[in-house]
Amino acid sequence: MNWKINEVRKDFPILDQQVNGERLAYLDNAATMQQSRPVTDAVLHYYQTTHSNVHRGVYTLSNQATDMYEQAREKVAHFINTESSEQIVFTRSTTESLNLVAQGFGDAVVNPGDEIVISVAEHHSNLIPWQQLASRRSAHLKYIELNEDGSFDMDSATRVITKKTKIVAVAHVGNVIGIQNPINKLEQLAHKVNAYLVVDGAQAVSHMAVDVQELNADFYAFSGHKLGAPTGIGVLFGKSNLLAKMNPVQFGGEMISKVTRDVATWKKTPLKFEAGTPNISGAIGLGVAIDYVQKMGLKSIQDYEEKLMQRMLTGIEGISGVTIYGPHNTKKRLGVLSFNIDGVHPHDVATGLDLLGIEVRAGHHCAQPLMQDLGVAATARASIAFYNNMADVDQLIDGVKQVKEFFLHES
Amino acid sequence: MSLDQMNDLYREVVLDHAQHPHHYGQIGKDSVHFQMENPTCGDVIDVSAIIKDGNVDEIGFTGTGCTISQASASMMTTVLTNKSVSEARDLILSFSDLITGKEINDKKEDQLGDASLLASVAEFPARIKCATLAWHALDELLQKEGTSK
Repeated sequence: MNWKINEVRKDFPILDQQVNGERLAYLDNAATMQQSRPVTDAVLHYYQTTHSNVHRGVYTLSNQATDMYEQAREKVAHFINTESSEQIVFTRSTTESLNLVAQGFGDAVVNPGDEIVISVAEHHSNLIPWQQLASRRSAHLKYIELNEDGSFDMDSATRVITKKTKIVAVAHVGNVIGIQNPINKLEQLAHKVNAYLVVDGAQAVSHMAVDVQELNADFYAFSGHKLGAPTGIGVLFGKSNLLAKMNPVQFGGEMISKVTRDVATWKKTPLKFEAGTPNISGAIGLGVAIDYVQKMGLKSIQDYEEKLMQRMLTGIEGISGVTIYGPHNTKKRLGVLSFNIDGVHPHDVATGLDLLGIEVRAGHHCAQPLMQDLGVAATARASIAFYNNMADVDQLIDGVKQVKEFFLHES
Repeated sequence: MSLDQMNDLYREVVLDHAQHPHHYGQIGKDSVHFQMENPTCGDVIDVSAIIKDGNVDEIGFTGTGCTISQASASMMTTVLTNKSVSEARDLILSFSDLITGKEINDKKEDQLGDASLLASVAEFPARIKCATLAWHALDELLQKEGTSK
């Protein structure tokens, strides 16, 4: 590890505060990560020195803004190892990226009777666009079931991916259980039957190095804010021939090549998918967030987070009457730990933890089919980032004990 | 602050209602139902009522949820049983005002009985939806069924 946690935390001033009179332990990173000072400085600097519209102006500031925006695209391309930055489309979010693929590409390639395959653990953003596509195109939506530890049941995957499958859409890392899914095996299954592989990388990018060429994904989507960038900037990678085939779903300014009264033609990828003024500062912030994690090194981040997760897992599983969902093995678990205190609703757990300065998510985590599979309405979820420290983890473990005591003793 | 503030939100009466809810379960065949879900956590509550001649004769509920939602549903059944539909809807509005931090008069607060203890939910904005779930479900039911019976 070539960085020191105390130095890193200085770049995230938001962490150095009290909430409800207690030291803040921010453990809802799977929902959104905090932004480092270099990111917020870059955004502020852009607004104070360079703000102007991109790709339109013929004046200096606009050229500078365009350069910064396109440099950010280059950084994203390098970050996930695409062949070209033209394969990177800026969107608003992972959700928008996946909807773009479902509507712009799915509608063109899925026909009545075809099949779309997802897993039962998908976030709603990688479920509902496909459910809607299946409904629009009279196709069948099929699910890969899970093993008891939350991993994909590869027998189920082998059964549900058939010659009728046109699209396989799965998360790289699950947002509830945190398992890294076997994308390479699914890629082989999908491509063997000429289906397209769409990967939701929202929960992967801040925890591990991602190489879309190695994954051989046809599309890969993620959100900047899960990586320490501002909210409202998302990324869609697509293979060049597929992006060429994909239709824009938003039409308007700057995405056109030529417009007459009756018809219009589009610019080349990626601009044909970026109608309207884009989130320029968000893209610039994303570029800086990428610089930041690359400077730290994704391997170093992964090793450090594994230590945090080991402590969290050991501490939480040591509390009697607490159920942990998914594997009790840090090698299989990235970033998130979902759990319940038996007999205490997760909303009550989260309120208690909040009063102790510990911010966790409680709910169904936009994964209701998975909740049904786990047999619960909701879970509490603690999720880590590289700026968390052992004190955050210990505060959580102690907090869970206190909350359990409160409810089970007071009752 | 530690967990001291928890005692404001989860008073003994609240915990007791959650653990031993009043009027939990199905009621007679003449009852009408309305189901409502808390979209943030997936909790579902099914409120049933027997409404006769503009009066709410009986209320019951089923479903699972957090301490606040279960206690609030239990309190609601006690407060609103045997009220006229218009009185019940008026008290639902008062309860909603109370837990969103608005002032209500003393008479209304008395009428809300145990439910007035949930006033501290106003300090926990994320939990307001939990506290109002059953009340909103009954309000929908009364709107739909109350005028026709």
